[in-house]
Amino acid sequence: MLELKNVHKVYRVGAFGGGRKRAVRDVSLTVEPGEVVSLIGESGSGKSTLGKMVLGLFRPTEGQILFEGTDITTIKGHAARKEYYRHVQGVFQDPFSSFNPIFKADRVFEMIRSTYYPGVSDADWKDRVLDALGTVRLDPDNVLNKYPHQLSGGQLQRVLIARALLLDIKLLVADEIISMLDASTRIDVLNLLSDLKERGLGILFVTHDLSLGNYVSDKSVILRKGAIAEMGPTARVFENPLHPYSRHLLSCVPQLHRTWAEVDAELAANPPEDVELPVAPDEESAPLVEVEEGHFVGINQG
Amino acid sequence: MTLRVNDLKVYYQTLRGDVHALDGVTFDLADGEIMGLAGESGCGKTTLGKSLIRLDSRMKHVGGTIELDGKNVPIADEKAMVPLRYHEISLIPQYAMSALNPTRKIGRMIKDLMKARGVDPASIEDELHRRLELVGLEQDVLNRFPIELSGGMKQRVVMVISTLLNPSLLIADEVTSALDVSTQRAVAESMVEFRDRGFVKSMVFVTHDLSLVYQMADTIMVMYAGHVVEKASAKTIVNEPKHPYTQMLISALPEVGSTEEQGRLEGIPGKPPGLLDPPTGCRFKDRCPLAFSKCSERPPLVEIEPGHWAACWKTG
Ligand SMILES: Nc1ncnc2c1ncn2[C@@H]1O[C@H](COP(=O)(O)OP(=O)(O)OP(=O)(O)O)[C@@H](O)[C@H]1O
Ligand SMILES: Nc1ncnc2c1ncn2[C@@H]1O[C@H](COP(=O)(O)OP(=O)(O)O)[C@@H](O)[C@H]1O
Ligand code: SF4
Ligand SMILES: [Mg+2]
Ligand SMILES: [Mg+2]
Repeated sequence: MLELKNVHKVYRVGAFGGGRKRAVRDVSLTVEPGEVVSLIGESGSGKSTLGKMVLGLFRPTEGQILFEGTDITTIKGHAARKEYYRHVQGVFQDPFSSFNPIFKADRVFEMIRSTYYPGVSDADWKDRVLDALGTVRLDPDNVLNKYPHQLSGGQLQRVLIARALLLDIKLLVADEIISMLDASTRIDVLNLLSDLKERGLGILFVTHDLSLGNYVSDKSVILRKGAIAEMGPTARVFENPLHPYSRHLLSCVPQLHRTWAEVDAELAANPPEDVELPVAPDEESAPLVEVEEGHFVGINQG
Repeated sequence: MTLRVNDLKVYYQTLRGDVHALDGVTFDLADGEIMGLAGESGCGKTTLGKSLIRLDSRMKHVGGTIELDGKNVPIADEKAMVPLRYHEISLIPQYAMSALNPTRKIGRMIKDLMKARGVDPASIEDELHRRLELVGLEQDVLNRFPIELSGGMKQRVVMVISTLLNPSLLIADEVTSALDVSTQRAVAESMVEFRDRGFVKSMVFVTHDLSLVYQMADTIMVMYAGHVVEKASAKTIVNEPKHPYTQMLISALPEVGSTEEQGRLEGIPGKPPGLLDPPTGCRFKDRCPLAFSKCSERPPLVEIEPGHWAACWKTG
């Protein structure tokens, strides 16, 4: 459904735009319907840049982003873009910044209606809103007619997801949507993503928290300095991390019943076998090697 | 005993009435103890940290006492608090890292801060260099502006600054929450090292993240809606929590390697009560599956086994 082919993003930086910063380097990946793909990496690794390119907020410097076979950079004009956003939507880290504090939170639903469904009757629209709220497990009495400051971060995050569901959405880009939420609320939002996946939605789930990435995702992509360090079925990447960087990241994840010292000791006692990493022929490409079925490792960037 | 907090009540005064942010908080902190402070957003963690160092103009000390190294801490007396601040009790505020003055180089900023705290910057210079090295920062950071440092570097700078005068007590409020896992680990481990080297005697480490606090804290205290619900060793809180709230909180956390397919975790239905006019009795009762008639009275915090405190009629 979504396919990235050798995508690059180079930002101009510095006072006169003379500097260059390669934020995304040679990334290829796919997201299928009903698949959750986690994009994992430390801050600055290029996760949000990738997400924004998929949402058409930036153009890739090189490479192609195909949605259902169409290169999204060829989508021009108001009507065609509107059609794209009917199927592809994003939800971001800070739910508060997506709401205007002077309007009631449910205005975001009204805006979808006026843009996409001006012909729908009041009664029909109300049913659709209630249905979307039901899917995200919000009690309408608790959220309709309320101002954003009267709702919690988790509720606002779910309102935004409900808003996306009012459209005929096929792909959701979720960028760090749970990092600002409490532990007890996080799990609700993660369970919601899993329900959406059951309904056939593809989800690009951006996170820096590996334990959460794992809970819902089918495929994990570990990014390092803009390039893919490792990509594969989530269970394989977590059980058998191949890239030294993935191993390092995994060993730093705080675990609830094992201390860092215990994890380090185990690793030292059973050091994993090294795999041969691909070598980049130049500064720009970032080839991958398939080590086991569907499980790839990328270049070593130190 | 470094710190002894007894029945502390601190309210925020607002136009609509008092917000009961700390409503009878009691706990002790031993010499050398690192205590993790956890609980949902809004339960009073930051308020507790602020109360130990500086009440802002809207905060009111309604009751209770604080003792540090055997001496009373007069939190409502702004003037009497001055000599204690940073020298005896230091705080790394939530969002400290984004609050660094962007127009001052780090070195210059540290000099100004020390002067403001009545300390000759030259007298701490060697120690400053030593500690920067200890947390893995080059001396060159002193010549840089905050914007030129990564989140993890800024957080380490803030940590060094707040402990430079060797306070008895350090309160660190969500210092690692914005960092990725490898930086988080490095910062958390340097905090333990600072305690081990005696730069601070004891520490309150505020966080949402129970798995992180499990890695570094000796004890964990869980708060709920302005009350302490449970305190025990980190192992006990994680492996054998007794309070229903703590139990539900722990079981809502996905483990590394756990997936939704193996078993769906559940959040805690409902949300904490408002603190403007808080309900009487146990504040968790509306969400507690075990609630019964007695819960309309406030359960006292009792020591149910040595070093393990809980406030619940079912555990006491
Ligand atoms: N300046 C203020 N005026 C009025 N009420 C306040 C003020 N600051 C905090 N509160 C209220 O006091 C309670 C405790 O807030 P506090 O900031 O201590 O929570 P916290 O546990 O640190 O939360 P978080 O995890 O979100 O940082 C909340 O109900 C909050 O809304
Ligand atoms: N608008 C921009 N202009 C210049 N550089 C940017 C811009 N946005 C991001 N960057 C840089 O690109 C890199 C990747 O950023 P980002 O995609 O936001 O990473 P992540 O979401 O993984 O934290 C970083 O080095 C960042 O500083
Ligand atoms: S005191 Fe009652 S309501 Fe409160 S936690 Fe215990 S059983 Fe539940
Ligand atoms: Mg980002
Ligand atoms: Mg706080």
